[in-house]
Amino acid sequence: MTQTFSSTGRDTFVGTPRSRIDGPAKVTGLAKYAGEFAAPDLAYGYVVSSAIAKGRITAIDSAEAEAVPGVLKVLTHENRPRTAWRDKNFQDQVAPPGSPFRALYDDLIVFSGQPVALVVAADFETARYAASLVRVSYEAQEPGTDLRALRGTAYDPPYNREGIKPPPEPWGDADTAFGSAAIRVQGEYSLADEHHNPMEPHASTVVVEEDGTYTVYDKIQGVSNSHQYLTNVFGLKPDQVRVLNPYLGGGFGSGLRPQYQLFLAMLAAQELKRSVRVTLSRDQMWSFTYRSEALQTIALGAEPDGTLTALRHDAVQGTSQYEDYQEVVVNWSGVLYRCDNVALGYRLVKLDTPTPGDMRAPGAVTGVFAIETAMDELAYAAKLDPIALRLKNYAESDATAEGKPFGSKELRRCFELGSERFGWAKRNPEPRSTREGRELVGWGVATGIWESMMMQSSAIATLTPDGRLTVGNSTGDIGTGTYTILTQIAADTLGLPMDAVTAKLGDTRLPEAPVAGGSWTAASSGTAVMKACRNVGAQVFKLARAMENSPLANVDFDRAVFADGRIAVAGDPGRSVSLVEVLQAAGVDKVEAVEQAGPDQDFNKKYEAYTHSAIFAEVKVDEELGQVRVTRVVSAIAAGKVLNPKTARSQILGGVVMGIGSALEEESMLDHRIGRFMNHNLGEYHVPVNADIYDIDVIFVDEEDKANPLGVKGLGEIGIVGVAAAITNAVFHATGKRVRHLPITPDKLL
Amino acid sequence: MRLETQPPVAADTPIGITLTINGQRRELQVAPWTTLLDLLRERLDLTGTKKGCDHGQCGACTVLVNGTRVNSCLTLAVMKDGAEITTVEGLASLGDRAGSNALHPIQEAFIEHDAFQCGYCTPGQLCSSVGLMNEGHAHTRDEIREAMSGNICRCGAYTNIVDAIEDVMQGGAR
Repeated sequence: MTQTFSSTGRDTFVGTPRSRIDGPAKVTGLAKYAGEFAAPDLAYGYVVSSAIAKGRITAIDSAEAEAVPGVLKVLTHENRPRTAWRDKNFQDQVAPPGSPFRALYDDLIVFSGQPVALVVAADFETARYAASLVRVSYEAQEPGTDLRALRGTAYDPPYNREGIKPPPEPWGDADTAFGSAAIRVQGEYSLADEHHNPMEPHASTVVVEEDGTYTVYDKIQGVSNSHQYLTNVFGLKPDQVRVLNPYLGGGFGSGLRPQYQLFLAMLAAQELKRSVRVTLSRDQMWSFTYRSEALQTIALGAEPDGTLTALRHDAVQGTSQYEDYQEVVVNWSGVLYRCDNVALGYRLVKLDTPTPGDMRAPGAVTGVFAIETAMDELAYAAKLDPIALRLKNYAESDATAEGKPFGSKELRRCFELGSERFGWAKRNPEPRSTREGRELVGWGVATGIWESMMMQSSAIATLTPDGRLTVGNSTGDIGTGTYTILTQIAADTLGLPMDAVTAKLGDTRLPEAPVAGGSWTAASSGTAVMKACRNVGAQVFKLARAMENSPLANVDFDRAVFADGRIAVAGDPGRSVSLVEVLQAAGVDKVEAVEQAGPDQDFNKKYEAYTHSAIFAEVKVDEELGQVRVTRVVSAIAAGKVLNPKTARSQILGGVVMGIGSALEEESMLDHRIGRFMNHNLGEYHVPVNADIYDIDVIFVDEEDKANPLGVKGLGEIGIVGVAAAITNAVFHATGKRVRHLPITPDKLL
Repeated sequence: MRLETQPPVAADTPIGITLTINGQRRELQVAPWTTLLDLLRERLDLTGTKKGCDHGQCGACTVLVNGTRVNSCLTLAVMKDGAEITTVEGLASLGDRAGSNALHPIQEAFIEHDAFQCGYCTPGQLCSSVGLMNEGHAHTRDEIREAMSGNICRCGAYTNIVDAIEDVMQGGAR
């Protein structure tokens, strides 16, 4: 076990497959989630949801509910305690521009399922029963939820959402070039509205402590966001509230923003001076944040040899009436392919739904599906292999960022290794050319892309004389394996075994880190933890040199090697001292450091940073039933250094599975007459189950990247991007039918 | 949503039942409207069993009732008077090395094969796996996939779940 501080030092744990350190807690049921923390006299809140999508509440009669024994309070807009009211108090760390939703604020209804009352009772069943007795009268207006019908009302967002690049200015003349192109492909593409549906419904437990402070367990992907929200909305001082969330039962973006159950639980806890838990029901999981459908049009023009001469990609996407939610949908087309005439457009349409939100690879899942399906169409039109077409137009620099080079881009290698593993060379490109029994077989390929980002983050490291190291910050492990990779990084940095390290996350008493999202957590929190550990190492080294008869006397720090729980001298391993001895000799009870890490501005000035993938899919289609099975997927990923191949592979598997859901199953269906998602349960909103998933093969392509000291680029999103296109392309190859509107349900193939 | 008639018996009138939960016999006063799931989670602090949908559609609440896998959200506690219930917290005691604090082989296999990410569906997957093995119907990967399809994993760990179950069925768990 050797690890030095030098960047060329060997890694003992980093880069090796390690089982999740939170595994034992999760397989024994000991891992506690937000809605599972107990408190004395805990009361239960149950949300009453609006029956209309648009209009006003004319009356609320809660008398019958209040008469049920055990009911403590029915909170509505008429009797709620005062809170802050201004937009800026409600704007959380990742809020899009606009006026955030405020539960129980007034009589206005802006989406179906909007919370209109909270029934609080001494037990869950009573609260649920009494909630059914609250009578709400409405004056309903006709809702507008039909994106297609309202397309003509599309507008340019007046304010850009922070961190979301608007489409670049067009270059060349896409329309003219398209008009004169030898080969032309154009079409309209769409992905259905999708809901995240993490397995854990959103929940908040607000515990009123004896000293009047609040301990809050909230389902959130980063507790600092909930903390800021609670202090701003309820006028609390930062030290009056502590927010924790050690485990998150799936987020996929649904837990980026504090949701209304947090507001309601705190409101009730303050009013009743009693601990309160509010857990949403599964159907209420359709009453906030979703991946909103985008209507996309693409026009591609090319020379006979496949050289792209025109690329036009426009998207119109739904948002709510009260916020201008935005994501990057069309820019990917300009990043992926070199073309002299490009026009990209992105506009919004206001709908009477909750504000959409980031859902795993927001925007990229939507836009890359469209461009990668269109590229397959172009390949057929030009009679070229789809990989050859992509390599012909391979971008060596980012045209959407003034032609800046990529920090690293091993997409070519993804195609090479992926096609070799998949057996692509054996493919007969002719549609309907392969049959197996009653099924048609098809093979498709697509590219995936996601931004590689790093956010300002801090972390703490504490070494104690018993030789134990504790590291952590406030970000969340949303199932991605953050506890495990931070443990690996910390153990390597100070040359300790992994079991001497404890990683702590999801607690606002730990140094601040952003929400876990955007695939930035490994880079951000990982680097911050590494820096904090290095700082601890430097302090311990100083103490070691100061020891009587120190074996490290007169040694410079750059010769120190941290390994096997000791500090040794590089090239002179006989001279060493254990960390435990140093701390004991110094008589200190701990050595501690808090460090900050942030994006490398010099690097970012010079380079653009993306992760890439090549996805290969095999489908088998039963033509009589219209049923598609995705029998084989190979996903070759270029995402910088892989810290833990075991948990990393799982992230990609998960992305592919959700991508299969997106391609074949997931569709939240609105009844536009009443403006409601009708299939608001897991029986009617289909997500992949075990029988839907066959073989998935993940390849990590070596890629060296220098955007951060760890060389990581993030893995949470890249696994899903492009999967749906690989599947639509495979379905075309199998059947000769080009499906441009997802999901590919049987009716579209019959 | 609205109940138009009053229940014939007040739903919150407790009824005495006896359950053996994870080997421990418990005399309980339970209201008829309380599900086995809510009893475990809210009254007995056995929060290992998860509520994912409360409609029997996701399988997160799967427990073993007399060795058979059951959606505890669709089971009123009073229906199971006298039954033996095993939750994820009690799985280890069913293992070969019961009493040694060792994990059940399926728990070890889930860790080894990384058969979960967020962990929320995991207790249900584990109980369902044990139930599946008790049933003895599934022998191939396809049969395992089919028979595990009542348990949704939104993190998408399905292939690893099948690997873990196959491993244990073949006696290969460490």
